[in-house]
Amino acid sequence: MTTDTTTRDTAPGAAVPGETVLDARGVTMRFGGLTAVRNVDLTVNAGEIVGLIGPNGAGKTTFFNCLTGLYIPTEGEVRYKGAVLPPKSFKVTAAGIARTFQNIRLFANMTVLENVLVGRHTRTKEGLWSALLRGPGFHRAEAASRARAMELLEFVGLAGKAEHLARNLPYGEQRKLEIARALASEPGLLLLDEPTAGMNPQETRATEELVFAIRDMGIAVLVIEHDMRFIFNLCDRVAVLVQGQKLVEGDSATVQGDERVVAAYLGEPFENDPGVAEVAEVEAAEAQADTVTDAVPGKENDR
Amino acid sequence: MTTQTTAPLSPSAPVEGAPKGFIGLPATVGRALATGGSALAVVSTFLAWTWTSEYPGDLTVYGYPGGLQVLVLIGGLLSVLLGLASYGLWGLGRLFPGSADAALKLAVLGTFATAWYTVVDISAELGGVVNLEPGAYVVALATLVALVGVLALPFTWPEPEPIDPEDTSWEQFKHHRRQNWAVVKASVAAKSPGPAPQRPAFVDILVIVAVMAVGLIVFTYGIGTEYDQQFIGFLIIVGFGFGALAKAGLVARVSAITARHRTLTMISAFVAAALFPFTQSDDQYATIGVYILIFATVALGLNIVVGLAGLLDLGYVAFLGVGAYTSALVSGSPSSPLHVQWPFWASALCGAVVAMIFGVIIGAPTLRLRGDYLAIVTLGFGEIFRITVLNMDGTSGPDVTNGSNGISSIPNLDILGFDFGQEHTILGFTLARFANYFLLMLLITLIVVVVFRRSSDSRIGRAWIAIREDETAALAMGINGFRVKLIAFALGACLAGLAGSVQAHVTYTVTPEQYQFAHVVPPNSAFLLAAVVLGGMGTISGPLVGAALLYLIPAKLQFLGNYQLLAFGLALVLLMRFRPEGLIPNRRRQLEFHEETEAPAVLTKAGA
Repeated sequence: MTTDTTTRDTAPGAAVPGETVLDARGVTMRFGGLTAVRNVDLTVNAGEIVGLIGPNGAGKTTFFNCLTGLYIPTEGEVRYKGAVLPPKSFKVTAAGIARTFQNIRLFANMTVLENVLVGRHTRTKEGLWSALLRGPGFHRAEAASRARAMELLEFVGLAGKAEHLARNLPYGEQRKLEIARALASEPGLLLLDEPTAGMNPQETRATEELVFAIRDMGIAVLVIEHDMRFIFNLCDRVAVLVQGQKLVEGDSATVQGDERVVAAYLGEPFENDPGVAEVAEVEAAEAQADTVTDAVPGKENDR
Repeated sequence: MTTQTTAPLSPSAPVEGAPKGFIGLPATVGRALATGGSALAVVSTFLAWTWTSEYPGDLTVYGYPGGLQVLVLIGGLLSVLLGLASYGLWGLGRLFPGSADAALKLAVLGTFATAWYTVVDISAELGGVVNLEPGAYVVALATLVALVGVLALPFTWPEPEPIDPEDTSWEQFKHHRRQNWAVVKASVAAKSPGPAPQRPAFVDILVIVAVMAVGLIVFTYGIGTEYDQQFIGFLIIVGFGFGALAKAGLVARVSAITARHRTLTMISAFVAAALFPFTQSDDQYATIGVYILIFATVALGLNIVVGLAGLLDLGYVAFLGVGAYTSALVSGSPSSPLHVQWPFWASALCGAVVAMIFGVIIGAPTLRLRGDYLAIVTLGFGEIFRITVLNMDGTSGPDVTNGSNGISSIPNLDILGFDFGQEHTILGFTLARFANYFLLMLLITLIVVVVFRRSSDSRIGRAWIAIREDETAALAMGINGFRVKLIAFALGACLAGLAGSVQAHVTYTVTPEQYQFAHVVPPNSAFLLAAVVLGGMGTISGPLVGAALLYLIPAKLQFLGNYQLLAFGLALVLLMRFRPEGLIPNRRRQLEFHEETEAPAVLTKAGA
């Protein structure tokens, strides 16, 4: 909190550079017999952009939900600036972790400005009574919220569309608005869940710029993404999650060069002689599979 | 109805491109016929339509329109005005910034429907066309000519979609129907009026005052209709007239003006409403007025819960009951076990607070549920309230509420020496009991409107809307969903309790039967929800209009009788099919929009 006054640019929730913002230790998440995330450690330091990649079903989003309080980890703990995360998602946001969603979840029938104002919810206090009585404090707080929201819209480049309904925005701008809304809660850590999904290369580049700008405000960023070029351009560190376990963690070069990562994404080659023999083997296996499936109905008929 | 049969709607005809009408008459002839026919209809309302005054409204007098003739006269005048505007005479076009042609079509259709309804009803009622006087033939012919005229007015036909010949005949039938419907819609399509020119503020204020005066006159006329036919004619003319004004762009203009001066609009609306009892010579219609107000106020309170926070509450009338019973218990009624008589402010406050406490007690366990589950549980709690009250009669439980007899002979209110049960003469106007309560209830409505407006436009209101839109995202924005929903629930309950505390005094008696889920007489939970949905969720004027309609229609159309609930259900189904956003959609934000974003929002009327 003492850092707030030192630089004017930094967001109020920003931390001292180098300080550990997020510290997940031994996070394990089980759903019944299925272990979706197993013993994952991850730290994010202030002023860092960390990427989290992995093939589909690797447990990225589950891990994400553990960080945002949607799930409570079965084992392990998540600390934000030294304090264990509370188990409710709205308390996590109040603590200083904001997030966006993989499939955009804006408040479609509210205006762009109102969406950002909702993001300010945890940083304002006016309750029902102050809304009904409308004292000077209410008007002051409301004006301050609006000013801050407009600043954020300016920051993501949506100031001109403040009065539009969120649902009428084009796709790329909806993504930007979601980021602005998350920033409105003055987070110390921003979690982006696939921020460039469905974007064209120009939009992806613009998002990249935006994430760098957010980092420069002093907010740590954790990104889940499938777009490898985006991730490796952007991130200081990348962690790879495969089948619920962390495979590697390191800078872009380390991760890109790691054989296990390539294997996880592309599948492992056959040990001895790939080629004709392999094709024959696959064909044989397929043929067998066909006969097996054919046999199944017959079996049923027998019964 | 008749238009669809006269329309040559074969999609195979080469209809694309150049605008043309349904009937192959030149546009100038059509316009002349429409305007002339309407003018003749206006004249004919001064003639006698039937020979006997047995038909209600006395349509036998020459030179003095009565009953349904007045409605035809109004429709005819509107048509003539729009007809002249469609010629572009005397800058009338500037008065109607939208599409005068489309407006003319609706106005003429409305006039035609009312006139022919009257003529047919006279013949049916009195037994044969022999009962018609020349005036009736004149009006029938005149409106028919006008209708033929508007059908000749050109409009841009929609591009017909090609038919897939492999479709089943049912698919083809649906395709034709869709095509015809598109044509009908295109025939009354209006361009959206451009941005309103800057006018001095006093002009805006005059417009608002005029609109409120018209609103008061329309409402007073509707509430004062004396027989079924007049009310049906009233509904036809008001419906088509409003449609015509909307097509003429006036509704958009007026709502832009009212959006600019929201506080002024609110004040003038309440002044207009407060003037209503002064327009009445006796208490007969003030009774209806006060019941409408109670119903509308409770519906507006429910709109906080349903419209803003998105919590489907099917037991809301229970909170009205809690307020009414609490207030009745401390009213000094002889059948109340508590023999105390508190002043009104104390009993009203008590009713509101007790209802709020019930709201919290019921809300705390149930608000953890979402959607349909919440609806079912609240429905259950609403019935629990009624049955509990029924059983607290001294035999099945403690003697508190007097069981099914209820708490009766609740004394009239007496505020600062003003006895609500007595007639008072103010400025030469006599205000009887129900008129007094009407004014008191109006004050309560004002409180609810202010609470609704202020809470919706604040941090907590935005949190409600966010929860309604997407609960998961709202939680991720740091909104304590449960707490915020509980506040909405408790606030809604509190407002209903406040209304209940007045209702107890208005009705003399509170019984458990008044607070059922579905009942023939509103307010009950089903009708309250219907009023909110019918009027438009999340708006202030929506539930007020919805409640007025839902109260007046069953009260005025006696012939519906036992089929009232059936008709009500059918009407709701049709409404949800064709206008899911309600009669008055939440357009507050759309008005602030730019031209290009507004156009599709108006045309598609997507409810979602």
